[in-house]
Formats: sequence, C-alpha cells, structure tokens
Amino acid sequence: MELTSEEKAALNGEHGNTLQTAYRILVATGEATNAEKLIPITWAHLSGVNYNTIGDAGEQFLRELSKDARVKVKATVNPMGIDFDHITEFNHIDDEFIKKQASIRDSYIRMGVEPTFSCTPYDIFDLPEKNTQVSFAESNAAIFANSLGGLKTNKESAFSALASAITGKSPYSDLRKDDISTPMTIRMKMDNPSELDFGMLGFFAGKVGDTSVNISGVSQPNRRSCKALCGGMGTSGTCAKFQFVDTEDNTSEKVDFGKEEMNEVFDELNTAEKGDIITLGSPQLGLEELSDLSKMLKGKSFEKRCMIFCSRAVQKQARTLDYINEIERAGGEILSDCCTCLTPLIDTNETDAITTNSIKGAYYLKNSTGVDVNLKPLSKIIEEETK
Amino acid sequence: MSKIIVQGMAQGTVLKTTSPINFLGAVDKKTGTIRDKKYDIFEKSIKDTVLVFPHGIGSSVGAYTIYSLKSNNSAPVAMICTKADLTVASGCALANIPMIVVSNKEFDSIQDGNKITVDTKSENIF
Repeated sequence: MELTSEEKAALNGEHGNTLQTAYRILVATGEATNAEKLIPITWAHLSGVNYNTIGDAGEQFLRELSKDARVKVKATVNPMGIDFDHITEFNHIDDEFIKKQASIRDSYIRMGVEPTFSCTPYDIFDLPEKNTQVSFAESNAAIFANSLGGLKTNKESAFSALASAITGKSPYSDLRKDDISTPMTIRMKMDNPSELDFGMLGFFAGKVGDTSVNISGVSQPNRRSCKALCGGMGTSGTCAKFQFVDTEDNTSEKVDFGKEEMNEVFDELNTAEKGDIITLGSPQLGLEELSDLSKMLKGKSFEKRCMIFCSRAVQKQARTLDYINEIERAGGEILSDCCTCLTPLIDTNETDAITTNSIKGAYYLKNSTGVDVNLKPLSKIIEEETK
Repeated sequence: MSKIIVQGMAQGTVLKTTSPINFLGAVDKKTGTIRDKKYDIFEKSIKDTVLVFPHGIGSSVGAYTIYSLKSNNSAPVAMICTKADLTVASGCALANIPMIVVSNKEFDSIQDGNKITVDTKSENIF
C-alpha cells in the first residue's frame, strides 16, 4: 500500500503513539484487503461499546486511548450493555458492570463521539449523498449503508473504524471501489415473506455469499424486513452488500432460498417452543417500526414481559408522537442505549428462553447470553402473546 | 509465504480448523478456549498456539476479543489464514500478533499438532 509522506511519518510515530497505533491498524487492514492507498471518509460508526463484549482489556484500552485521542470526523457509537435510566430496576446487574460500562461510555464521549449508543445510525441521521465514503463497524449498519443508502463502506472491524474516526481515513479496497463484482444471485422462493423470513434469508446469504450478493424474487420489502435482512446477513458471514435484482443475469452463480434452506436456518436458531419473555429490537427499532407496533397493540396487552429496544433519539421522537404511550400501556418496556444482543439486562438465572423475531438477536442470545430462543414473526407474537 | 499482514516472529504448536472463526461468539476471551460446539476444535485452547484457520466471520467486536486474549496472556502466538478479514487483521495489529495469509495449497500442507516457526522477516514458515 502506498502511503503519503505525512502518513508514513504518522506510522513511524512522529505524531505520537495514538496516531501511530491508528495507522498501524489501517496499514494491516489495508494489506489484508489489497488496498493501494488510504482515502478520506466522512463518518465513522464504532462498535466495541458494551462492557460485556470488550471486557476489562477493552475498557482499559479505551481509557488510555481517550487521554489524547480525538475523533477527526463525525463519529457515532454502537449500543452499550445497559440503559442507565433504568438500571435500578435490574437488581441482578452488579456495580462492577455499571462502573466499567460508565467508564467506556465516558471514554468515547471524551474522544468526541456523538453519544448515540445505537446500532441503527441510519434511523437517527439523514444519510449523506450517494457514494460518500464512510466507515461503519456495526455489520447491519454497514450492510444497510451499502445496500439501501448508496454509501460506501467495508464491513469494518471495531479497531479499523476507530482508526478511521481518529485519522479520517480508510483503506481504499473491496466495497469502496466502483467496479465490484457480484458473482452470486440468491433466488428468494418464499411467498409473502415476514420480517423473520427476511432475517433468515439474510443469515443464509451471509453464509453462502462472499463480499456482495444479488437477491432476486423480492418485491419492495418494508423497512422492518430490510433491517431484518441486514441484521441476519451481518451475523453469519463476511458479506456486506446486497442488491435486489429483477432479471437474473446469466453469469452469476444461482442459489435458491426455499422452504428447505429456510428450515435449516430456523432449526439452527430456534431451540424452544415458547419463551419466558419477549424481546424486540435487534437491530433497535426505528420510528416507523414503533408506529406500527403501537397500532398493532391497540386494545391489547402483553401476557408476559416484553423488552423493546430503540435508540434514545428515536425514543424521544416516538414519545412526542405518542407511540410510546400505547406501547407502555400494553405493558411493553422501552429501553434505550442497549439492544437485545449481549445485554446483561436479561437475567439468565430467571430466563431459560426468549421469544423474538430477530435472527441477529437469536444468534447472540443463544451463543453469547446462553438462553434458548423461540422465533416468531411480530404478527404472530402479537397474536399469541397478547390478550 | 503469500502475504504478511502483521510482522513478527513466533514459534508454537499448530492448532488447525477448517471452520471460519467468529471470535466474539466462539472464543472465551479470558482463557482462549473454544466454547461453541459447532467447531471441530471445541473445548481446545488457542492459547500459545499457531492458530491456522480460513478467516474470521461475524461481529466486528471480535477484534477486541483478540486484543483481550493478548492482555490475558491467552492469545495464539501467530495466526495463519487463507483470507484476511478486517476483524482478525486489526485485532492482530493492535495486539502485536504476527499474522500471515497463505494460499489454499500452503494451508492444506500445514499439519495440526506440528511445531512450527513463523518468521515474517525471512518470509518463512518452518
């Protein structure tokens, strides 16, 4: 990879340890993706915010880094583990977790990030104009940005996005280029797919696709289904872009996603027939989804605990528009700054299984939180779990 | 040797899997033990090994898992992949773990359990 003399100097430590570390990361990721140079980016979205995932080593690293590191471009951050506004309601969370999570939050704020604590930055901000280079570490957000927002990012890692935030640069490679080849088309064979089906399609596509895939046989899914597709895809593989295609070209490899393939994904992630509690929001729910939910809940109440995750910015808007009232009246608990994935708010001593409509949520609930999962589309959750 | 991603020299016993690794979900960041049953190296520890695997998958936060493993003295001494992904590359860069990318043919020729040395300066695996 070719570096400018300024970049070389930073890599050699002439501008301090922080920039040297950042450039070391950019050079490694540049070499890894065969980049020929670094290019400017305008927005970095960082992962590595939840104490559950980054642990003591991560907390300490960020505390040290934030002594002099400052972000150079717009930077937003992923969810934390907990919602500090509601933490007193969750007795099983220990003080150590709260202390370390607060330290991580404060380190990011010290570095100058916008405290969004959301995996859905695309639901909070207007996206910049098409073809803008960004650096998104949250996989569902990277896939959304590339596939539905017309932006350009690779599926960044926590450190590569952090290095991009500090330097304002990213390696010019893979999905950042104009001439990406998409050698595979996935043929959606399911009629009237729910958002859960789209999540499973995404999970399947992430497994079989490489960097980018075409998807045929799909007509204008709603935002909930699009987000489910992005979430599922980001969980299972390295694929970071899809495009819906009408007519199939002759050159790409064709793979069908039908009943059989869907059942395989379902059986891998659905391990319980019913859940003790319900969680909605992985990715966190947007305004449109909260509006839908409030309409679906008119005159109904949840028969069990239901945790609903959305970003704080979206929660504020939804309160003004009165969507939250209806959801809370029906017994839904609105939580912000965290999400279904890897939150310790779910007490595993009291919870054996969780009902959710999220494939991404299911994967992490099963593999990291360590509970069983009961998968159902939202319409079925409302039908079967409310009265 | 095909491509150096992170420089360095290290010696260790090969732990090889043909499954791509999701560091966040599959590896215990304190001990380095593989805790996901789906892996053929389930319950084995990656600590002090030369970890040979196709590439990383899944969460971008896996980079922190690699950094945590190093901080907890439970990291592999080197990693060898057939494809470099950003999560593993950036994790190794920050944790100073030598990492190289090799061809499929070279990957196939590396035997699990063998003691090998990875030296990016002399561009050798022996």
